[in-house]
Amino acid sequence: MLEVRHLSKTFGGLKAVSDVSLDVPEGSIVGLLGPNGAGKTTCFTIIAGFTKADTGHVHFAGQDITGFSPHHICRLGMIRTFQIVQPFVGLTVQENIAVGAYLHHPQRREAMAVARDVGKRLGLGGMLDRPASALTIAGRKRLELARALATGARLLLLDEVMAGLIPSEINEIVAIIRQIQSEGHTILLIEHVMQAVMSLVETAYVLNQGRLIAHGTPQQLVADPEVIEAYLGHGAAARLQEGHHA
Amino acid sequence: MKFQSWGQCALAFFAIAYLAGVYFASSPIWMGFSINALIVTLAALSWNITGGLGGLSSFGHAALYGTGAYASAILQVKYGVNAWFGLGGGIAAGAAMGAFIGGLAFRYGLKGSYFALVTLAFAEVLRICASSFEWTGGGSGLQLKLMPGLAQLQIIERPWIYTGLLAVVGLVMFLTGLIKHSRFGAYLIAIRENEDAAEALGINTYKIKVQAMAISGAFGGLAGVLYLQLWLFIDSTVVYGSAVSVEALIGPIIGGAGTVWGPLLGTLGLHLLGEGTKSLLPNSPGLNFVFYAIVLICALRFLPQGFVGFAARFGAFNKKERDDA
Repeated sequence: MLEVRHLSKTFGGLKAVSDVSLDVPEGSIVGLLGPNGAGKTTCFTIIAGFTKADTGHVHFAGQDITGFSPHHICRLGMIRTFQIVQPFVGLTVQENIAVGAYLHHPQRREAMAVARDVGKRLGLGGMLDRPASALTIAGRKRLELARALATGARLLLLDEVMAGLIPSEINEIVAIIRQIQSEGHTILLIEHVMQAVMSLVETAYVLNQGRLIAHGTPQQLVADPEVIEAYLGHGAAARLQEGHHA
Repeated sequence: MKFQSWGQCALAFFAIAYLAGVYFASSPIWMGFSINALIVTLAALSWNITGGLGGLSSFGHAALYGTGAYASAILQVKYGVNAWFGLGGGIAAGAAMGAFIGGLAFRYGLKGSYFALVTLAFAEVLRICASSFEWTGGGSGLQLKLMPGLAQLQIIERPWIYTGLLAVVGLVMFLTGLIKHSRFGAYLIAIRENEDAAEALGINTYKIKVQAMAISGAFGGLAGVLYLQLWLFIDSTVVYGSAVSVEALIGPIIGGAGTVWGPLLGTLGLHLLGEGTKSLLPNSPGLNFVFYAIVLICALRFLPQGFVGFAARFGAFNKKERDDA
């Protein structure tokens, strides 16, 4: 559904993203992992059209969307969420979701109905008439998801939807993401919370210093020495091995 | 239009009671004063679309107001066009000027104070141009021929002027309400709250902002034309001067930016205060501007959501909302 080919982006002298290629098949949940500063969010901003890549191509649903504007890409059915949640704080929860729903429902009545429906599905039913500013962090993350879903997008790029949540909230949002997938959506997610990723994604890509260093199932990745070193530092894999033998 | 509390109902009731009371006032001064306030209210309603709903704070709405007034005056004086066509031309010219300024400013991603400065610059450049060219009447301005009657939109009887303006203000407020509760309005508010998130949700933010400037320009042009039809005379300072820009933004900010009633309430409140101080201190012209400034500072400090937001706290219909306020 999404094919990214040889994406590169340089900020000044820093290679933020270097020759990244990845595939997200329709109906799957794919992870994009990596330590801080690996270039994960930059990848997202390029794929979603917020930043222009220096080189490389992005294909979505068979169409070359390289260089399209974010609103155009959203119209085609791909949407990103933000790592730092961006609610419209002056609006109610339902109005927030309706802004997404308006994309394919120009009438206020329909858009608000869709918003109510999506909000209820994501467990925001009791908060619909409250201002978005009254939501907790977990609530705001759900709102971010609800707004994205309300646009009718088929592919969701989720940027750290679990960061800052407590374990019980993480379990809830993992269940919601599974539910979204079972409804026919495809998901590419950036995540730090490894435990959640392990249970959620089918395959994952690991980025380090802008380069892809590994690709595979979560089980393959945690055994990959290069991945371990990216997270824990040079030589860590060898020391872990020694530890096991000792 | 939806009221959220008894406080807001009371506020709207006072405004309507005052506006109706003007018909029965003993002195004609009240009506003359209210006519001026209503024209400023129209400019304020124009600013409210971009500055209030869209968060695009313009400091140069005189550019739209003046363009409407000048377009109509030139059509009438230089080309002998009927005033009603002049009205249409003024509204169209205001909308075109709004779209032009917005198109340029947003193309280069100007926001916040940069956008404010660019709009101010546009208004000033237009003011200087209007006072320099013979075509716009130069320094002496443009004067319409006196042709009383509805056919040339020159109404002499004050109660009829006042009634007509009330109807126009009511219409523009109604349109504001429609815009606010439409998809376009929701998109504009989303842009005000968070432009990146709006863009991510499939909103063509550039297009929406330029359209908002065009609508605002149409309302501003309308206000300028009505000023012209009232006084039959304009020059560059009265319609392109920065006083117009300031009055257009100060009313909505004090009354409640982005609300339907805010521009009317804020403008009326400020003008009453201004007149009051003028009559209390008759020998110090200009002192009312000091009071304007003090009220503005107090409003920004104590009433960040203006009169309308303040009134929402009293007797809210929905208890939850009051708790959150």
